[in-house]
Amino acid sequence: MKPNHDPFNPCGSSDHFSRRTLLKSLGVAGMSWLTPLADLLAVEAEQTKKGLPARSVILLWMAGAPSQLDTFDPHPGSKISGGLGSIPTAIKGVNFAPAMEQTASVMQDVSLIRSMVSLEGDHERAFYNIKTGYRPNPTLVHPSIGAIICHELPDAKIEIPTHVSILPNQWPGRGGFFGAEYDAFQIGDPDQPVPDVRAPVAGSRLENRLEGLSVVENAFARGRRSDLDLKTLHQATMSKARRLMTSDQLKAFDVSQVPTAERKAYGDTPFGRGCLAAVRLIEAGVRCVEVTLDGWDTHANNLEGQAKQAAILDPAFATLIRELKQRGLLEHTIVVCGGEFGRTPTINVVGGRDHWPTGFSMLVAGGGFAGGRIVGETDPTGEKKDPANPVRVEDLHTTVPHLLGLDHTKEIMTPVGRPIALSEGKVISELES
Amino acid sequence: MKNFFAQKSFLEWLRNGLLLAAILTGSGLAIGRLWSPHMLPARAMTPSANESVEGISRVVTQLNEAFAEEWRKQGLQPAAPAPMLAVARRLSLALTGTVPSVQEIRSLEAQPEGEQLQWWISRLLPDRRYSDYFAERFARAFVGVEDGPFIVYRRRRLVDWMSDALSANRPYDQMVRDLIDAKGVWTTHPEVNFVTATVVPEKGPDKAKLAARVSRAFLGVRIDCVECHDGKLGSTWKQRDFHQLASFFGQTENSLGGVQDNPKLQYEYRFLKKKETETVPAVVPWDPELMPQDGAARERLAKWVTAPGNRPFARAIVNRVWALMFNKPLVTPVDSIPLEGPFPPALEILANDFTAHGSDLRRLIRVIATTQVFQLDSRPANPDPAATAETDAHWASFPMTRLRSDQVAGSVVQASSLTTLDAETHIIYRLKRLIDTGGFLKRYGDSGEDEFGSQSGTIPQRLLMMNGEVVQGHVQPNPVFNASARIATLAPDDASAVETAYLAVFSRRPTPEETAYFTGKLQGTADQRGEAMADLYWTLMNSTEFSWNH
Repeated sequence: MKPNHDPFNPCGSSDHFSRRTLLKSLGVAGMSWLTPLADLLAVEAEQTKKGLPARSVILLWMAGAPSQLDTFDPHPGSKISGGLGSIPTAIKGVNFAPAMEQTASVMQDVSLIRSMVSLEGDHERAFYNIKTGYRPNPTLVHPSIGAIICHELPDAKIEIPTHVSILPNQWPGRGGFFGAEYDAFQIGDPDQPVPDVRAPVAGSRLENRLEGLSVVENAFARGRRSDLDLKTLHQATMSKARRLMTSDQLKAFDVSQVPTAERKAYGDTPFGRGCLAAVRLIEAGVRCVEVTLDGWDTHANNLEGQAKQAAILDPAFATLIRELKQRGLLEHTIVVCGGEFGRTPTINVVGGRDHWPTGFSMLVAGGGFAGGRIVGETDPTGEKKDPANPVRVEDLHTTVPHLLGLDHTKEIMTPVGRPIALSEGKVISELES
Repeated sequence: MKNFFAQKSFLEWLRNGLLLAAILTGSGLAIGRLWSPHMLPARAMTPSANESVEGISRVVTQLNEAFAEEWRKQGLQPAAPAPMLAVARRLSLALTGTVPSVQEIRSLEAQPEGEQLQWWISRLLPDRRYSDYFAERFARAFVGVEDGPFIVYRRRRLVDWMSDALSANRPYDQMVRDLIDAKGVWTTHPEVNFVTATVVPEKGPDKAKLAARVSRAFLGVRIDCVECHDGKLGSTWKQRDFHQLASFFGQTENSLGGVQDNPKLQYEYRFLKKKETETVPAVVPWDPELMPQDGAARERLAKWVTAPGNRPFARAIVNRVWALMFNKPLVTPVDSIPLEGPFPPALEILANDFTAHGSDLRRLIRVIATTQVFQLDSRPANPDPAATAETDAHWASFPMTRLRSDQVAGSVVQASSLTTLDAETHIIYRLKRLIDTGGFLKRYGDSGEDEFGSQSGTIPQRLLMMNGEVVQGHVQPNPVFNASARIATLAPDDASAVETAYLAVFSRRPTPEETAYFTGKLQGTADQRGEAMADLYWTLMNSTEFSWNH
């Protein structure tokens, strides 16, 4: 069986990073492996799938679980509304909570699922589920959707990590059984420089340090298996890290040079800057960027808490869609926005809404998702638990790879010796453009 | 991000304050003595009868013979014995999470040859670093790594309680009984945190989670796989088996008075494809005759789990301790040992010995460390890549494994000090160590609960080691805190400067080629000697050798 991944180039092309290239790059006499040589990157045209336009994915995780009633699925006038009104959107007959005004205006390019159902009602388990498409399993750690995409669609031209997590909470996208090399590269507020990419010394001192390293590595390798670095990947990973340090593409992370007006359009919050950076990273060729907005877990004072979060999300999301469209990126970029579950129709004694995994909302756009469509419906009385036309978490996880041109039924051999499909749901065909 | 800055400036302030305090209190250690091999008092405890060389020799021979037999059968030649310092390094990493200090290496080498290993074990086991480090490792298996429920759960207290128990070498079965049958308030009865770690607000302790922990951590069996449905893929476990185990916690509740058992409560569950919820009796999944008839449910479960006849209990801890010693368990995954075997011979020999000698963890550690297999070189007898899989599978060489983030962090900090950073170290140094390692673990990637899964190296790890503040802070010419600067100033000549750096970072002496190369770099550096030493330190810390166990 073909190995699941090319360990040398986890998010790069598996085609042209052969062992020979590696050995050559390690160089017996020279220290070429220590220098981020551009020729480590075989420059080859990216293989694009014809007719299936999606190339990359932006995931906006609303951690803590937003209330569908206070965002995308209000039921004004009902006893479960919490007294909230609603505003019209670009989709006829579909209303949002008043706080989602800007998002309402871009809905011609976005579709809404109002009937997401999850079998998990605990944050950690549900987050795992919504990020991987699988429920937590004691024998196996599943890769998150971003890791799957990087694994299945490598790209050698990218010198920066192609799986990026901006402002992650405690559960950033993970490589799971693909290995930690597929873990999302984590950064904080893009206002700050990317951590640890600047060498503390430069020039001849840096050269000295690196040159000494080859002496030390030679001593360690003596008497060990001849393919030691194939096992440890130490030097190969270091080469990639060095390549990243000197890459021009790093600029995509830096939003400080972006004109103030453009930054402000996103709301000029950490999350807004995260969305801005996401667009720039996608433009630079990154496969998957996730941006997390934490703080939706309003077990008390729901109305206030949700409004506060919505005010952060609304301008950032709407601007992200507009910008992607304007730059011609939207048709190649899938955008998914939502939480791990929703919140109860009933309001508890301290004015909060609790966990509600049946009938929560998710926004999807771009990359083969149609705009202006709506799937599912929740009960305006809140009495019926199950929504009409339910969409399971695994269905979303099947549709995304499908739109990326991947065969979601493809089985991958896991370390426990059990083959597992990329995802186990069905394609949400009514949302395909 | 404001917080980040606030935190950073606070740390810098604290660091500067510490620096000043160190200078004012004159706590800079008289490290001149470190150049001589006979300078520091050796502190090693006389082992108990259970741990004496005579006491363990029979089981060690038995283990050596079992592995030798396996190698014979497989036609494998074992690796040569590893140099003493290599064994000292792996033992120190296993028991304390750091490389040995130069001070320790000097003391070790001052011992008579042939007695060095036993001396080193006796030096490490009574050290508080061992009990603290092992307590944290055990805690990961027993309660996970999350902070868990607010207020009612104090993870730190549980770890301290376990560390105290390990420090006193309490029999392991007693510790486990206390955890399963814990009662009282989480602050005054720290063992109760094993139960409160699972508390769900308004619902109380999570019975299913407790059953899963008991089965995995204490019995090395993953019965929790059948929580939602009967076993698949050849597993004969039924969903009922799991919930009958969970039912032992059915009366456990948590109130203002702490954790206790309420006889009025019962465990109820609705099984898959059943319409009604039913009361599930408390039944153990095997060997019911080992369970006492009388007593409260949890008390009976605690006795059953730890009963001398309950073989999975001993196997589970032997497999875990073996994994902590080698960074690789005998049976993988560490918490999933098939009930009916087949068992590696070493697992059975050690499990028998463990039960027969009063669940003595120190004896177990000493026995493992004394075996031939623990002292083999990590360079295989046959370095042909095609042969390495077999060699690895049968332990014919010491396994090479990636160090966990805590071990890398601990080693960076320890290697940058010539003396040992332990419980007796001046508070200033200990504080600095804590500050330095916290953020590092998160960025390097904490291994979480499953510490022995095959972790792959990542780009962020390399970036952190090459460019991050922790390494930079520990290699730069800082005469108060850093060994690199002290060596630069105090070493009598270039060759001993290089040698000391190698001992501090790699726990070995440089090869002649390495000595020649690096003394060449130090030669004539004069004013820049501090920087040249910093460069050497950086180089050593960024090597494969530093970030791997071998």
